[in-house]
Amino acid sequence: MDWEAFKLSLLLAACTAGLLMPMGLILARWLAFHRFPGRGVLEALVMAPLVLPPTVLGFYLLSAMGGNSSLGKLWIAIFGHPLAFSFEGLVVASLIFNLPFAVQPMQRAFEALPPDVREAAWVSGLSPWRTFWRIEAPLAWPGLLSALALTFTHTMGEFGVVLMVGGSIPGETRTLALAIYDRVQAFDTDGAQLMSAILLVFSVGAILIANGLTARVGRSHG
Amino acid sequence: MAEPGLSVSLHQSGPIPLDVAFSCAPGEVLGLVGPSGAGKTTVLRAIAGLCRTRAGRVCVDGAVWFDSETKVFLPPHNRRVGLVFQEHALFPHLSAADNVAGALTHHPRAERRSLAMALLSRVHLDGLESRKPAELSGGQRQRVAIARALARDPQVLLLDEPFSAVDRRTRVHLQAEIVALRRDLAIPMLLVTHDVDEVARLADRLCILDQGRVCLIGRPDEVLAEPAIRALLLGDEVP
Repeated sequence: MDWEAFKLSLLLAACTAGLLMPMGLILARWLAFHRFPGRGVLEALVMAPLVLPPTVLGFYLLSAMGGNSSLGKLWIAIFGHPLAFSFEGLVVASLIFNLPFAVQPMQRAFEALPPDVREAAWVSGLSPWRTFWRIEAPLAWPGLLSALALTFTHTMGEFGVVLMVGGSIPGETRTLALAIYDRVQAFDTDGAQLMSAILLVFSVGAILIANGLTARVGRSHG
Repeated sequence: MAEPGLSVSLHQSGPIPLDVAFSCAPGEVLGLVGPSGAGKTTVLRAIAGLCRTRAGRVCVDGAVWFDSETKVFLPPHNRRVGLVFQEHALFPHLSAADNVAGALTHHPRAERRSLAMALLSRVHLDGLESRKPAELSGGQRQRVAIARALARDPQVLLLDEPFSAVDRRTRVHLQAEIVALRRDLAIPMLLVTHDVDEVARLADRLCILDQGRVCLIGRPDEVLAEPAIRALLLGDEVP
């Protein structure tokens, strides 16, 4: 069992979820409540990581982060090391390939709110900010929870993009999914089996917890 | 001296055409009546600040809530308006008391609970404070919606088809509630309904709307004596 890879996967999933949830929430809410030119294009871009082959997405991300790119040069100038093949690079890639997993459930949850309930909150004297905290967030909570569970578990298991952008450097970019691949390549099926089982239990467990909490919220709303 | 009451003037060519102007004095019930698509709900929404017409002006007790010329637009949460929605629009995750307390944010936190209880008692919902909207009947939900609208200490009360989602018996009780409110509150009240008999009983004046335009404003008996209005609202043949 490669505990270092497991720890790295957990750290990557936590960083991704921690950064992506607030960003995804703002984007999801914007897409749910506003109609503007180019909305369809923006939605398609958010959904693209779902249908793009991970190697294609990984290739573009690697090109964007490479030492010859503007982002890569800027990163080196500020931090003194390249963004590609670093943990920070993995986090940036992870934020992008998880966009649909975070945004989609939250957007659907906000879209499902009855418009007159939000309007009732406003005419009751609640500012848009208070309306979000007191009305929208509690009602959209199941969607937010699903987004969190999907983002976390998907990050734990992502392979293609992580390999392209991170390169499987032990302790730096080798996640559990890459470690399983390495174990299989080395004919260590016992090691691969154990790590796969841990990933399976972890992922199913996270979804079960999210579903359970969602059902509880649904019951408490009557 | 600021003019008391509500004065409304709303004009736009689309998406919903509107060309209306009327006023409503404190303590008066003005019935907005017209066929479907006449713009009744849009007028209420514009007064509440939930939509913004291209041109117009909304003044309450001399304060300007909306003026397209001077580009004044007070957002809905800054307008002291009580709006009772057609489908109640209660907060489904909150109890009846919390639904009402949610509109009492202009009062100190410690007082909100007791004020909410008093308002629920006023609409005869004692003992149901802790129930969520899903555990209440249609009539009880509408009473919570009325209590919530009153919680705002409104300068204007807007009632959008408040009896449409309840049965006949509940409707009679709710109508009595509106009569009581009219007696107690010295604020302009706008009542939107498609039921001509109902509005004729409850309103002091009627404002007849058709395709976004005001056809006639006057006392119910005068307005409903007009053959053209009877034809519009009741389908009577114009002699």
